[in-house]
This record gives sequence, C-alpha cells and structure tokens, in this order.
Amino acid sequence: MSDTDSQTVFVRHQMLDPQLAPVTERGAVKWMRENLFSGTFNTILTLLGIGAVYYLVSASLPWLLNGVWNANSLSECRQIIADNGGTTGACWALIKARWHQFLFGFYPQDSYWRPVLAFGLLFVALAPVLYWNDRKGAIMVAVSGVLTVLAMIGLSSPGTVDLFTIVLMAALFALAWVMPKKLVLVTLVYPFVAFFLLWGGPIAGPISVLLGLAAAAWLVMALQPRIGSILATILAVVAVALLFLGPYPLTSLLSSALQTVTGWGLPAVNSDQFGGFLLAFVIGITSISFSLPIGVILALGRQSDMFLVKTLSVGFIEFIRGVPLITLLFTASLLLQYFLPPQTNFDLILRVIILATLFSAAYLAEVIRGGLAALPRGQYEASDALGLNYWQAQRLIIMPQALKISIPGIVSTFIGLFKDTTLVSFVGLLDPLRGVTTIVRADINWKGIYWEPYIFVGVIFFVICFGMSRYSMYLERKLKTDHR
Amino acid sequence: MKKSVLLGTFAAAALVSGMASAATLDDVKARGELICGSNTGLTGFGAPDANGEYQGFDAALCKALAAAIFGDASKVKFVPTTGETRFTALASGEVDLLVRNSTWTYSRDNDLKFDFVAVNYYDGQGFMVKKDLGVSSAKELDGATVCIQTGTTTELNLADFFKANNITYTPVTVADDSEAQRQYVAGACDAYTTDASGLAASRATLADAENHIILPEIISKEPLGPVVRHGDNQWGDIVRWVYFSLVIAEEKGITKANIEEVASTSTDPEVRRLLGLEGEMGAMMGLDNNWAKNAIAANGNYGEIFEANIGTATPIGLARGLNALWTQGGLQYAPPVR
Repeated sequence: MSDTDSQTVFVRHQMLDPQLAPVTERGAVKWMRENLFSGTFNTILTLLGIGAVYYLVSASLPWLLNGVWNANSLSECRQIIADNGGTTGACWALIKARWHQFLFGFYPQDSYWRPVLAFGLLFVALAPVLYWNDRKGAIMVAVSGVLTVLAMIGLSSPGTVDLFTIVLMAALFALAWVMPKKLVLVTLVYPFVAFFLLWGGPIAGPISVLLGLAAAAWLVMALQPRIGSILATILAVVAVALLFLGPYPLTSLLSSALQTVTGWGLPAVNSDQFGGFLLAFVIGITSISFSLPIGVILALGRQSDMFLVKTLSVGFIEFIRGVPLITLLFTASLLLQYFLPPQTNFDLILRVIILATLFSAAYLAEVIRGGLAALPRGQYEASDALGLNYWQAQRLIIMPQALKISIPGIVSTFIGLFKDTTLVSFVGLLDPLRGVTTIVRADINWKGIYWEPYIFVGVIFFVICFGMSRYSMYLERKLKTDHR
Repeated sequence: MKKSVLLGTFAAAALVSGMASAATLDDVKARGELICGSNTGLTGFGAPDANGEYQGFDAALCKALAAAIFGDASKVKFVPTTGETRFTALASGEVDLLVRNSTWTYSRDNDLKFDFVAVNYYDGQGFMVKKDLGVSSAKELDGATVCIQTGTTTELNLADFFKANNITYTPVTVADDSEAQRQYVAGACDAYTTDASGLAASRATLADAENHIILPEIISKEPLGPVVRHGDNQWGDIVRWVYFSLVIAEEKGITKANIEEVASTSTDPEVRRLLGLEGEMGAMMGLDNNWAKNAIAANGNYGEIFEANIGTATPIGLARGLNALWTQGGLQYAPPVR
C-alpha cells in the first residue's frame, strides 16, 4: 500500500455544525456596510446625512416637545413655556381654539353636521367607483359610517341627526354588502345630496334638477336605438335645456309644485361662509369629478380626424395649458364681473370651480392622450376588425387600456389640482393655508404665530394626497394584467 | 404703477359701459343688506373673530353705515378683498364700498375713478428696530437691512426716504406681515418698516416687546378711509356723513351708553338735528331721520370705536395722535350738521 496508509490521515466523519457568517457579513453590520458605508464617497454622504438629520431633530425637537395645547393667547403660551423652563415651544393652542375655522371656515357652527355627513357620504359614493363589485367597498362604507357618526357625536350635533346618520349608514352598509353593484345609484344621486346638505335651502330645488336629468337620461335611452347615440344625446340636451332655460320654465313650475308639497328644507348657507378645508374639498372634488370626463372627451377630440373637433380641442387644451392657474382665477374673480350684467350675483365659488375644472381637464386630456398613444396600433385595428363602431371601440377596447396606462398621470393631476385649491386665497376666498391663517393671525391674541398653522394644514394635505397616491398604486397592481 | 394703470383701465371700462349702477342706495335697500369690502384680516382694523363675525375699527364703520341705512347694524355682509382684488371688486359693483386700510392717493382718486369720502385713520410709515442696535432716529439707519413687504406703497416710500437722506439700505423683501415679523425676530433684518399702526400691533405681540422700539420718524402720509365709486354722489355723501356723525358724537359727548338720555334731554340744536329730533336732515340723504342715532348706537362714537379696537386699552395700544379730535390737537374734524 502507499505510504499514506502509515500516516494518520484526517478524515472527517461527521458534518461540522453550521457556523455564523463572519460578523461583517451578517446582520446590521452587513446592512450598514452595504447600504451606508460601501465606499469612501458613500461614507461621507452617510455622515453628512446623519449630521443633517441630527441638526434638524435637535433644532425642532425641543420646540415640538414644549408644545402648549391649553392657552388663550400667544403670550399665555410663551408664559407657560417659560414656566416649564423651556426657551422655545410650539403654541398648538391656536389650533385648539380655531380648528373649526381651518376645517369649515365660517360655516354656521350648529350646522357642522351637514358638511360632515356630506363628507362621510362622499366615501360611500366613492366606494363603488374605487372598489367596483368588491366587498372592500362595503368595508369602506362601514369605516366611513363609523367615523362620520363619531365625528358628529364629537361635534355635539343634534341627537335626531346622529340617529338618522346611524340608520342611514347602516342601511348603506347593508346595501354595499348585499348588492355592491347597486351602490352606484348612491354615487349618481350623491352630487345632489351633497349640494343640498352643504348649501341647504328647500329640498325641492335639487330634486327637480335630478328629475330633469333623469328625464334627459331616459330620453337618451329611449331614442338611442332609433336615431343613434349622438343624435339622441343632442336631442336630450336640447330638450332639457329648453326645460331649464326655455320660455316654458317647466323646472321652476315643477319645483314650485314640489315646494308646496314638501315645504321641507335646510337653512340656506351662503357660499361666502365656506372656507378652510370645506372649501378645498368642495372645489377639489367637484373639479376632479367633472374634469375626468371632459379630459377624456378632449383627448379623443384631439385625436379625431374631424378638422373642427380637432382644432377646437387643440385650441382649448393649448390655451388653458399656456395660461397660469392664477390668471384663470383672476379671470373668474375680476373679468367675468365685467361681462355679466350689473348686480349679477354669480357665485364666486362656482366661477372658481368652473375654471379649475377646465384647467385640470386640459392637463388630463394630455395625460390621457399619452395613454392612447401608448396603445399599439393593433388594438385599434382589432376593434375595427370586430366590427365595433367608434364609441363601442372606445368604451370596450381603447379607453380601458389607455386609462389604465394613464393612472399615475391622472392621479398626479388630481393631487396637483387638490393642492392648487389653496391658490383661491388670491381672489379673497378662505383657503385653509393662507386665507384662514391670515384671519387667525389677525387676531391680536394669535398674531406673531408662524409655523403652527402651516404644519397643521400641511399634515392634513399630506394625509389626503398620500392617500390618493397609495390608492393609485393599489389600482395599478389590481389592474395589472400583463406579465412583464 | 402698471397694476394701477391696468386696474384703472378696468375701472374706466366699467364706468364707460355704465355697469356701475348709479343709485347704490337703492340697490342696497332693495338687497336688504350692505356689502362692505373688507380686509382679509388686519389686526385691530378688520378680521373675523372665532365665531366668524367681523370685528375691528374698519368693520365698525361698516356696521354703523348699515345701522344708518336699515336701523340694524347686523345687515352688513363683509366680503374679504385682497390688495389685488379690492379696487376691481369696488369698480365692478361686487361691493358697495371699501373700508380696508386703503390709502387715499392722487392716482387712486383720479385714475381709478374712486372717491375717498373721508379719512377715518391717519397713518404713516414708521420703523421698528431692536433697542441694542443703538439707533434713535431713522436717519441713522445707513447701511441697515430693512424688511419690507413687496408690491406696496411702503416699498416706494422707503426708497424715497433713503434717497432723500442720501443713505443706503439693503431690502429684505417679504410677502406679508407675519413673514416680516418672523424675519425680523430671526435677525434677518435690522429694521422692519410698515404703517405705524401695523408696527404697533407687531411690537405688541413680540415675546420681548421691551427690547424693540418704534423710531419717531414717520416717513409718509397714509390717510386711510372708506372708498366709493365715482359718479354716485348721494351714496358718497351718506358714507361721509355717517362717518362725520360718529366724529360729531364724540365731540358732543354722545356715547353708546348715554345716547337715549342725550336724545331725551339735550337742548343743543346741533345734537337735536343730528339725532333727528329737529328738522328733516335724514330725508335730504334719502335715509330715516334717526340715521345718525342708529349709527352711533351701533358701536358708539368715533372715540369709543377707536378705544375698543385699537386704543391704548387694547394690546395694540395706539395713541390717538393725529386721530384725536381737532379740539384736542388732532385732525379729526367734522363739518356742522345744519
């Protein structure tokens, strides 16, 4: 045998126990080596970053920790902070004293339940849109209902209203759970309900408008098979316009008839009492919901082969996009007054909503055009090959795909529009950021306060915009059908 | 200047096309409420309180006017206007009058086609500095950094003042009063300049007010007062005389508290004419004969309104100064009711 036999040869007969990786290759150390200190340059950046964070925290933490919630004026706040041995401190007492103006503006205090209920119902109305035919919608309704009732009790609204809200929300939840698709009826009625809740007045007004629109919709449905959709729509629009504006003001007759039957209504609230986040929501949500359909139509118009339609669409989009929003707001507030008959009381909020809608519709049109352009030519040809007409092709093949591609852009536009609502302070409306802050600071008790209202308003804006952005990501994942 | 030309064009266009209604009083009466263009929020002068009710020195004048017209001081709606929208809002008829710290100037009176019917507050631009700067006169501010709101007449006044005195400064432009105050406290500027009334309010709310002084120089004239449209003299007279009635009331010692007593006991013929006990004075303007009585009863006389909103008893603590009655060395002087 070979001489290896005579030597003692080490042969391992059993496996070694697994050992931990070296300390530099595991756990926190590894993570830091890889992510924070992977090279000289990155190490320097990390140290600088830590320094910056330390600086910010050390500068703001005492201010935040010394915050005072219970005081009647800024000087009282300062006194309390000094008594506690602090040098700087936030005076949140301002928020505590004036939060209702930041949220509701000058809306009558005993009617706060109305915007709250309208806001709660907004999520019920959104549920079928956001979660089509999905039990998640019912959960959303339930959460919104519970929060609404809690908010109402917190605002000490009348007991009958609380009870009514509980019953209403329970009924809506049951509807959403049993027949999620039927909830879309709530969505259709919602604008009228919200209008009635927010502005009040006799209930006959919104009902008669609703009836008018229902009549128009019915007319379109009835005429469509016989004369085609376009002609039917035009006829219905003309008929309803005649109903509203024509020599036979049927609507007003109808509404006065309704008024005699149901004299019931809510106390009217003027638009100039709206302010704060109530105003931001009214402008933002109305503009968002109206600008999407207008944007789709403009995008299609821009792609159209018809010269007039195309020219008008391009002209509108380019004009609106070429003009800053503030210019449009000044137009709404100042110029329109000159074109209207003297003493016309054309609501300023309505004027602003119209121009904000047009503004975001122009941007949406371009976003959606991007989605249309991203569709392969084959999709158009396939729908032609199936024998679909233009509207069928758009509805069944093109738009679902184009809108899906455009979701991030559409939601960005919405978020931008919602934040742009703060610009209305330039035309003297009480937006939460500048308008309400200005009037609160004009109180001698709170004059000299700077950051607190901005932080309060900023946090609320962040929550809302972050929510929209997360929803758009959820929607993208849900609608993802390709396997890229 | 460009802005005022532009606004002036709009205003002129409105007048030429006859859109500004001629009989404002009739419109107000038909509407059942007065629409008063107010500030979006100026401490002591006009700002909504926690309940959304407008309070302040300027707001009180609007309420007195509503009381004179309707006998009810609550029949007034305040429309907040910004520095940009105020004159167009007035020219287009959106508001019946402006009472919002607007300075009476030549170009606003003539170019914009407005009438400044009275001066309810004589203001002027001043400086606030930190005491430890060791400055006792604005003329010693050579080389100082000055916080100044952009787009206001104060910016132009400041440039004029420093040029006239042949000294230099570095402007730190800020957007509004709260930002100016913050920059000043943070030490971004040595001096803060704005109207003296605003300076007093700002100083009152500083954490260490005793370490700041307002320099004695007032470098501009800022006569602030109610503004109406050109061309409706009756309406202008009503606003003017409602204001004068408040001044006369102070002169004659008529207060909110004693007005009923004075009305029943006074033998002074002018007081009796003012309070509608003699003659048909109100009818000459198209109002009730107790117009002035209602106006005074709403918030008291001029002095009471001053003391309640911006006077020495309030945290703002403005002295009467130029706004004292003429009998006490001030400029507030009302023609006789006769």
